[in-house]
Amino acid sequence: MKIGVPKEIEEGEKRVALTPEAAHQLQKLGFVVAIESKAGEEANFSDEAYSQAGVEVISDPQKLWTSSDIILKVRPPKQHPELGFYGLELLHKGQILISFLYPAQNPELLQELSDRGVTALSMDSVPRISRAQKMDALSSMANIAGYRAVVEAAQHFGRFFTGQITAAGKIPPAKVLVIGAGVAGLAAIGAAKSMGAVVRAFDTRPEVKEQVESMDAEFLMLDFDDEDGSGEGGYAKTMSPEFIKAEMDLFASQAAEVDIIITTALIPGRAAPELITERMVANMKPGSIIVDLAAEAGGNCKLTEANKVVVKHDVTLIGYTNLPSRLAAQSSQLYATNLRHLLTDLCPEKNGEIVVDMDDEVIRGATVVNSGEITWPPPAPRISLAPKEDVGLKAKEALSQPEEKPAHPLAFLIPLVLCGLGLFGLGTVAPPAFIGHLSVFVLSCFIGYMVIWGVSHSLHTPLMSVTNAISSIIVIGAIIQVSSSSPVVVALSVLAIFITSINIVGGFAVTQRMLRMFRK
Amino acid sequence: MSSGVITASYIGASALFILALNGLSHQETARRGNFYGMLGMGLALFVTIFGLVTDNQFLLIIGMVLGGGIGWVLAKRVEMTHMPELVAILHSLVGLAAVFVGYANALDHGGAALTDIEKTIHAVETYIGILIGAVTVAGSVAAYLKLSAKIGGKPLQLPGRHFLNLGLLIASIWLGFVYVEGAAEGGGLAALVIMTLIALAFGVHMVVAIGGADMPVVVSMLNSYSGWAAAAMGFMLGNDLLIVVGALVGSSGAILSYIMCKAMNRKFINVILGGFGTKPKGDGSAAVVGDAGDVRSIQSEEAADLLKNAKEVMIIPGYGMAVAQAQHTVYEISKKLKSSGVNVRFGIHPVAGRMPGHMNVLLAEAKVPYDIVYEMDEVNEDFPNVDVSVVIGANDIVNPAAQEVPDSPIAGMPVLEPWNGKTTIVLKRGMSTGYAGVDNPLFYKENSRMLFGDAKDSVDAILKHLS
Repeated sequence: MKIGVPKEIEEGEKRVALTPEAAHQLQKLGFVVAIESKAGEEANFSDEAYSQAGVEVISDPQKLWTSSDIILKVRPPKQHPELGFYGLELLHKGQILISFLYPAQNPELLQELSDRGVTALSMDSVPRISRAQKMDALSSMANIAGYRAVVEAAQHFGRFFTGQITAAGKIPPAKVLVIGAGVAGLAAIGAAKSMGAVVRAFDTRPEVKEQVESMDAEFLMLDFDDEDGSGEGGYAKTMSPEFIKAEMDLFASQAAEVDIIITTALIPGRAAPELITERMVANMKPGSIIVDLAAEAGGNCKLTEANKVVVKHDVTLIGYTNLPSRLAAQSSQLYATNLRHLLTDLCPEKNGEIVVDMDDEVIRGATVVNSGEITWPPPAPRISLAPKEDVGLKAKEALSQPEEKPAHPLAFLIPLVLCGLGLFGLGTVAPPAFIGHLSVFVLSCFIGYMVIWGVSHSLHTPLMSVTNAISSIIVIGAIIQVSSSSPVVVALSVLAIFITSINIVGGFAVTQRMLRMFRK
Repeated sequence: MSSGVITASYIGASALFILALNGLSHQETARRGNFYGMLGMGLALFVTIFGLVTDNQFLLIIGMVLGGGIGWVLAKRVEMTHMPELVAILHSLVGLAAVFVGYANALDHGGAALTDIEKTIHAVETYIGILIGAVTVAGSVAAYLKLSAKIGGKPLQLPGRHFLNLGLLIASIWLGFVYVEGAAEGGGLAALVIMTLIALAFGVHMVVAIGGADMPVVVSMLNSYSGWAAAAMGFMLGNDLLIVVGALVGSSGAILSYIMCKAMNRKFINVILGGFGTKPKGDGSAAVVGDAGDVRSIQSEEAADLLKNAKEVMIIPGYGMAVAQAQHTVYEISKKLKSSGVNVRFGIHPVAGRMPGHMNVLLAEAKVPYDIVYEMDEVNEDFPNVDVSVVIGANDIVNPAAQEVPDSPIAGMPVLEPWNGKTTIVLKRGMSTGYAGVDNPLFYKENSRMLFGDAKDSVDAILKHLS
């Protein structure tokens, strides 16, 4: 089948759905690949590079749309500014369109695709399960957006990110607050951290605390009953009013303190929640920066204007909605790879033929129109990317539950009493010498117990060979008896002396040998 | 030598042995600890030989010199990869000595006149000492054969083995009564011999029923038994030094066993009863595993590239590295990477290998500095920052099924989590399962790369591409 990649026509969109490298891989799968002339220009992929990778370069977009079996795009189809066509109306039955389609926001687009009898796969509908991570374009784009958000902030921020002590004075490190620790948030944390800033992060989902801390950032906790903000598919859900109030108080206090706020809070299919009020902005230090990654969905700060950089209350608000496109080469590369992985799954025979297997959970999720039939929304995914209940934890709980029977508070006394009675019974019959030995024995057990707990794990093998050597102390027993008058006893004793001597010398020598090897 | 001097020397020796174990708790003091042990042993031997021996000195010296010589040669010759076998066979010697000493004591009626109750206690002590000794011998020999692959590693499970064990136990107790009664009149030897045979059979049966992955527990358990045998001999002979040392060794082995069991999230009793991974429960292990086609294999060249471009590398060795003797090359690789600015660390699972601390000894042999060798708990949280993890011949200890599949046979076992890192390279012969017989979803993960082949050949090839 023939894959066609048109040039993106949205204003400011520099990405392209195909790189020469991905084209090469797609040809290995048996596809014929064509691209519109200059489609990769703004992402630094020249027509020559594509030709060299064996891609047919077509200059007429209409021809490309009509002659391809599969269309790969970044943005949903839109009216061409010069040629005045949608692309959409050129689609015909049997064609396959793979792109970001945002089916929830674009019902008319879905209807039109359905009317034309095409099959459409939406990259933003790929289920967020582990197996589908390689085609999760939302994540790969969010990663880039998070990075770029920090770069944009750095550009408008008047100071260093990293703290320095120089001959010309001390420079405090920039303080960055990242709200929403999803993929974009984590990428922003990583970028800001590596530039030397002090980074804090907040998220309504407590399970991301670990991820934030793994990036060496501080996770801001709300002093609140653990309300879990994890919704379906690894996204956050809307929280209760009490929670939001506590959250807002936290933001207000943080706003006065930090230099840069990066907000990434989005709830799928809804307007972005307002997290940063005008008062908080006014309270920020002059020269502070807010990067609002939710600008397209209304913004986490009402003062942000989509696609613009504005200065209000001496605070720069960055509302770019095309951050991935601002790193066009990188995002094109990742997006093209996501597409290639999806096509690999769609083409199980590697013969260049597409099979839309609706039993495959990933393909089922991504397919929004199947041969003219609208198949969106898909049934709920079975597993979410960040499972609310860690399965492993559950397993552990299941394992430990039987032990957690509430014991009687005095239950610990039972073994003590039993032991005491046993000793008492023994004491009444046993000779004093035996009791003396027994006390030595019991005390030695306790000493052994105390001493061994401290042994470092890496020394367990030497410990065993040493204890083995010293347990040969049994040789004393043999030596005591070697002077017996009975030849059998002497023979047994000498044998015992012989074998324990092997053990004594062997045990200590091998321990010595091992310990000599351990070095710093 | 007066008995006061001898007793005082024994107290000194006991203290030295305690210091020895204490010294072994840290790398810095470990060698001193070993020295204390030798000193204690020397002191005890010296006063016993010169204070208590009245006859047959010549035989005694011959026995010691011969035995010592053999021990020396063994210790010098053994390869570090064969450490578990050596330790197992040495345990059997302690057990055997206990049996000999016990029999010698039972046969030697020259002791002071004992009252009835003392006689009974003495007979019970002798009986228990020989019993533990015999179990230790047979168990250790079986463990030795198993570890040196002279017999198969698969658990051998006779039908109705629990009843068999129970029968053996009841028989031993009954024979105990027979012996104690007989010993009062100076006889009862037949009961003692039958019991010894039963204990030998029990020891073998117990160890062969335990799977190869549980060998660390078995080895430390036998270590513990050899201690209890020495303690029982101490009671029998009325010798406090033996009691102290036996109790020290016994509790040390018991704690090690406990630590090992905890590292596998298993109950000690289940390990002893054996049968790990032989009964795959349900299809839980299959549920998470993708189709086998999802495995991404790479060549050594790509693996070398991945390592070269990484900043943080974690090496996770397992028994496969020991088998392939790859530890030296692994260290060469880590040195090479280190010199080009890569931070290389080793992450060790507590039950990696076939005895407690096995991997640490192997890495030490290869001269890996111990301060870049970390325990599982120290590094598990760092995996998100690790660029490349290299799993060498390990399987169950890096199996995510332990956390993800509640009905997996290894569910709940703490495991190293390389899948949280960016890339994992798994060096492995083929797609076979580990000792636990559980499929490993790690191999199918998106960020895992399989490098198939013998571990030694693979690391050699990686090293070649690195230089």
